[in-house]
Amino acid sequence: MTHAVREALAAIRRAPLLTALSAAMVALALFVVGLFALVAHNLQVALDQVEERVEVVAYLRDDTRSVELEIAEEEMRSLPEVEDVRYVSKEEALLLAQEQLADFQDLFAGLEVNPLPASLEIALAPGSRDPETVSRISQHVSVYPFVEDVRYGEEWVDRVYLLQRISGITAGVLGTGFGAVAALIIATAIRIAIFARREEIYVMRLVGASNGFIRRPFLLEGIFTGLVGGLLAAGLSYASYLAVGHLLFPVEWLPGPWVAGGILAGAAFGLVSSALAVRRYLQEV
Amino acid sequence: MIKLTDVTKEYPRHGAALKEVSFHVAKGEFVFLTGHSGSGKSTTLRLVHMADRPTHGEVRVSGFSSALTSAREVWKLRRRAGMVFQDFRLLPGRTALENVAFALEVTGTPRGQLHHRAQRLLAQVGLSAKLSSLPTELSGGEQQRVAIARALATEPLVLLADEPSGNLDERAARGILELFRELNASGMSVLMATHDLDLIRAFPAVRVLELDEGRLVYDSRENGA
Repeated sequence: MTHAVREALAAIRRAPLLTALSAAMVALALFVVGLFALVAHNLQVALDQVEERVEVVAYLRDDTRSVELEIAEEEMRSLPEVEDVRYVSKEEALLLAQEQLADFQDLFAGLEVNPLPASLEIALAPGSRDPETVSRISQHVSVYPFVEDVRYGEEWVDRVYLLQRISGITAGVLGTGFGAVAALIIATAIRIAIFARREEIYVMRLVGASNGFIRRPFLLEGIFTGLVGGLLAAGLSYASYLAVGHLLFPVEWLPGPWVAGGILAGAAFGLVSSALAVRRYLQEV
Repeated sequence: MIKLTDVTKEYPRHGAALKEVSFHVAKGEFVFLTGHSGSGKSTTLRLVHMADRPTHGEVRVSGFSSALTSAREVWKLRRRAGMVFQDFRLLPGRTALENVAFALEVTGTPRGQLHHRAQRLLAQVGLSAKLSSLPTELSGGEQQRVAIARALATEPLVLLADEPSGNLDERAARGILELFRELNASGMSVLMATHDLDLIRAFPAVRVLELDEGRLVYDSRENGA
């Protein structure tokens, strides 16, 4: 193994620019993935927070009879998706509005009639807060004749979900593109390394060095390049995370296993790229 | 040790280089393989070293069959069959000692023993005084001795030599032949391709195989010479 390490290091010293270029391309590919992972992760965090507050609010007509309401509440509670149902009277709604919208005190003070409707706030059970379930429950509620309107903030729940999907797909496409370029550059670096050592490889074959022994330095070179690229990408992603936090708005850093997975993916990528190149070019010498 | 059975080798562009060649080299035997250039000597050695595979027939070397040994496993055969060439094929940037040590290292000799064992191999071929000379600083005969020391690194059972004295003057050529005889005396089989008839005549006890246009036309053992 020591021979392989020495030879791999010698190859890197022989063509440092090419090694740097390979690592930079791996870094670029993984950085793109890292950036979108940051976006996707933070959207997920936002979604989780939103979801905790996702509730369906059914606004009631003023002439709703309390018997009807009790039956409806009972029915709602019996649904497995529903965690809790709370009745908010007109008076409570007004008090709440006055509290939350303190700037508009004057507006409320002059009122002779309470314009706010009573409502049922239907909290959903964890796991039932996705757009489909929320929309199903609100349709269910809107069927009651005494329900005037149902709200659940559908537009932006849908939008956040959409954003998350788009960022995932973009990361996939761009990551694959840069990855392909990185693989080509690594293959070129390996080809040059093989060419530089063609006489030695010939002698190794002549005297009976095993194929694994001949390949190992090149595979190590690939792993090293990929690993450096992965670390570089992690660093760039972290810098972006800090920059966004300073300049725009606070965001969350990626979970540890994601970062470790990304760096290891770089090493694995380098290994596979060089293995393919070695397979192809070792036959030429 | 080496057995060719009805071996034919055809190259897509150049046609048949060997035609139905069969012979057997026993353990510890010394054999000259002779013939004009283009008669198939080098092809035979390439097949024995499994750098090429026969189109028909079978080559067996020290338990390895050309029909059964995969490209991945050829290195195992190479450790039992050392090879030297007319043009030596040494690594130009490395000294005599480093050339031999390289072969030792890539075939698994521990690093601590490299220097000592390379020195011993070079002493065996009579080059103790030239350990730190580069190939360009050595005569042809000396370079061939380094190549032989390198071929001995894996303690092979067979030594294959393709015109080893082709680039050497008569004295150096004799010296290399004497070295082969010594190695052979210690039990190693030797298969040496040469078109130098004077050299063959100088060693009348050695068995001679002659190829002509890819066919085996003469075997001194069968002809009682």
